Amino acid sequence: MSATSSVLPLPAGRVPLTLRVFAALDRKAWIALAVFLALALVVVPVLNLALPPESIFHVSAYAITLIGKIMCYALVAVAMDLIWGYGGILSLGHGLFFALGGYAFGMYLMRQIGRDGSYQSDLPDFMVFLDWKELPWFWLGSDSFGWAAFLVVALPAAVAFVFGYFAFRSRIKGVYFSIITQALTYAAMLLFFRNETGFGGNNGFTDFKRILGYPITAPETRLVLFGLTAIALAATLVFAAWLVKSKFGRVLTAIRDAESRVMFIGYNPLWYKLTIWVISAVLCGIAGALYVPQVGIINPSEMSAANSIEIAIWVAVGGRGTLIGPVIGAFTVNLAKSWFTVSFPEYWLFFLGLLFIVVTLLLPQGLVGLWKKIISKKQGASA
Amino acid sequence: MKKRLLTFLLWATSLGALAAPDPALVRQLAADDNSDKIAAIQQLTAAAEPGTAKLLQAMADDSLYVAGDKLYVYDGEKTVDALNGETAELPDGAETITVNNRLRGELANALAALKLFDADRAVRLAAARELQSQVGAELAGVLAKARDQEQDAEIKSLLALAHAQATLQDADPAVRLAAVNTLAAAASPAVKSLLLPLTEAGGESDEKVRAAASAALKSIERSLAWMDTLAGIFSGLSLGSILLLAALGLAITYGVMGIINMAHGELLMIGAYSAYAMQSLFRAWAPDYVDWYLPAAIPVAFFAAAAVGVLMERTVIRWLYGRTLETLLATWGLSLILIQAARVLFGAQNVEVANPSWMSGGVELLPNLILPWNRVIIIGFALFVLFLVWVLMNKTRLGMFVRAVTQNRAMAGCVGVPTARIDTMAFALGAGIAGLGGVALSQISNVGPDMGQGYIVDSFMVVVVGGVGQLAGAVWAALGLGIFSKLLEGWAGAVIAKIMILVAIIIFIQKRPQGIFALKGRFADQ
Repeated sequence: MSATSSVLPLPAGRVPLTLRVFAALDRKAWIALAVFLALALVVVPVLNLALPPESIFHVSAYAITLIGKIMCYALVAVAMDLIWGYGGILSLGHGLFFALGGYAFGMYLMRQIGRDGSYQSDLPDFMVFLDWKELPWFWLGSDSFGWAAFLVVALPAAVAFVFGYFAFRSRIKGVYFSIITQALTYAAMLLFFRNETGFGGNNGFTDFKRILGYPITAPETRLVLFGLTAIALAATLVFAAWLVKSKFGRVLTAIRDAESRVMFIGYNPLWYKLTIWVISAVLCGIAGALYVPQVGIINPSEMSAANSIEIAIWVAVGGRGTLIGPVIGAFTVNLAKSWFTVSFPEYWLFFLGLLFIVVTLLLPQGLVGLWKKIISKKQGASA
Repeated sequence: MKKRLLTFLLWATSLGALAAPDPALVRQLAADDNSDKIAAIQQLTAAAEPGTAKLLQAMADDSLYVAGDKLYVYDGEKTVDALNGETAELPDGAETITVNNRLRGELANALAALKLFDADRAVRLAAARELQSQVGAELAGVLAKARDQEQDAEIKSLLALAHAQATLQDADPAVRLAAVNTLAAAASPAVKSLLLPLTEAGGESDEKVRAAASAALKSIERSLAWMDTLAGIFSGLSLGSILLLAALGLAITYGVMGIINMAHGELLMIGAYSAYAMQSLFRAWAPDYVDWYLPAAIPVAFFAAAAVGVLMERTVIRWLYGRTLETLLATWGLSLILIQAARVLFGAQNVEVANPSWMSGGVELLPNLILPWNRVIIIGFALFVLFLVWVLMNKTRLGMFVRAVTQNRAMAGCVGVPTARIDTMAFALGAGIAGLGGVALSQISNVGPDMGQGYIVDSFMVVVVGGVGQLAGAVWAALGLGIFSKLLEGWAGAVIAKIMILVAIIIFIQKRPQGIFALKGRFADQ
């Protein structure tokens, strides 16, 4: 892959971790990352809070929520790229992990409502509605932020580990794996749609009031969440860059390209696939947890087949097997979506459908691949 | 003297015509108190004289009038004196007899009981069926009489059951015991709840009757469980046939050709909308033959879906052979476009596709077990489509070519099989069969732009479990999954059943990664 070609050969295991992380990105990439963080953590907050709404440089609350949401999606897209672009495994179940993270954090947000719900009860409104008298056992500890944060990571990891272990052990791969993950997500969606499951049925969780005691809709809270999402995205990119250039990442890419050969050399693909699968699921869970307080709702439709497959198209549009590609793809597709659904709601699905077809037929390397082609043509012409 | 004789004769003939019900009892029908009215109805029924049925029917129809101590039956045209059957004028102050719901129930039972003496067997049978629940003790006499008169074995056994229900609260323990023993043969939830109180000391004083009731209850529960299982298997077969129709086309495109077509559900949708379009056409142009829109929709759906299939194959899928994950994404895009196109053409709301009149109703296999005609016909239709596919794949030149291309594309090409055209034809065939499945679906589920989405997971499960490259696998997998999930559904609820099935499939694939019918030989590992 072209993404790995620019890496210096490092003596593995000898160089301190910090240096290896530093070596994961080249200087241009580090600068880009710093600019991105400066924009997200300093410029946007200043433009939002300090400037009056009339100013053309004012960043509206709507824009902040939108960009924050898309950054969560970009995080999911990077997670998807790790498993699909580098591992060659197309998951149609990433919506499930995203939703699990979202629900795990949503439970905490529901408890933070306290007695401010419509029924003035200690229980979340939907439980009062179901005439439940106390919290079910799996809501135990949901009032603690720490436990919620732990669940955000542990729940997707556990589900991914159990499912992945059985799937990879019996060497389910290719389309089979995609379809099984889709079925798993579908089953989970049906489960969460039930009122008796205890997660609010088809309304899910909404009407949040506070997070860690701070009002959730206040501009400052929004900006903090926005900044945290930006940091999470940047950290994920660095981590992913380090991961795919490590020995682990190389074995993974080798498995993608020729699994049987890797086995013949003596590696067991199971643990490589399982590790990247669990990492990818955890990243999705974190993205879901950051998404819920910013968007203010989580419901089972996040687990619909369409949502999971859309993640794949973000990655494909940006360019698989590169790390910046998924981010570009997530931003391009979702900005187009917000524009279309406001201006031409009728045509959005036509556009999205065409995008799926055009990208797979004409742009197998995505926008990043197209860009590289243009650059190399220019260089070829000038040389 | 002569005149008196004539009067007497007239009186006698009119008496013979309608005087059989006791006039005192008939007058009591107009009593102020409802209990008196009911007593009169019951006594009239127990006597079961000819003419009673007419009278009670008139009362149930609110056409029995009272004026002073005279009663009249007025049917909108002429008035008849209810006591002597003579034609009369309806007096001005005549009022209809008020019938409340309690009375109506009594009247219905009484009328049914009286129909037991009808000359027509069908009428008697219907009446006996109606008297299978909520039979009061007051009907015991008339039921016994009817049972003893009855010649037909089926009606006789029904009457015996009804009589047993009526005598269940009899004062004589021996009669109760006989009733319980008779009821042991019945298998209905209503009888079960009737017998339940008799198994307890509070509801039944006699020990023998209690024991008999417990035994009867057990046997009823056993046969009820059997019927539940039977009903479960039937609805499983029905679900299985739907899964089969949805999955058969996929078994060709994915199972045989290896194309993963996420737009398969939308081909079903096209079939269903073809049925809707044909229905609209027939309603507009040939309203007299509207019941025939369904047979007409079958070829239309096949060719409409096949045409879309050809278009899909030629423009998109052709370029992605061998790249299954890309095919998956591209066909997903196609499905989005088709869904939106259906929304633009037919609107986002579900459209109404009515069953033709010959498909409504059902066959009663057992009491309490009715098989709806539309389900039965869909099972038959699935078998027909299956047969068609089998013939096409195994007995025609096209089928042979398809199998040859599946087994070895290069070799088939070398011996002159036009592989590219065969790909198109086979894909069109799979799409057309999906269209046929859509016609069947239009008869039992909602027809809307995103109806196909619900079937895509299930139909892929069928193909995955059945094994790639085989039609037999798809058949067994569809029926197995259908029956299995319906039986589980009865036991654990629909959602839990679905999840259990899915877990079972994942475990099953552990053991048999290639499905039930794995291809053997050198193609198995491709």
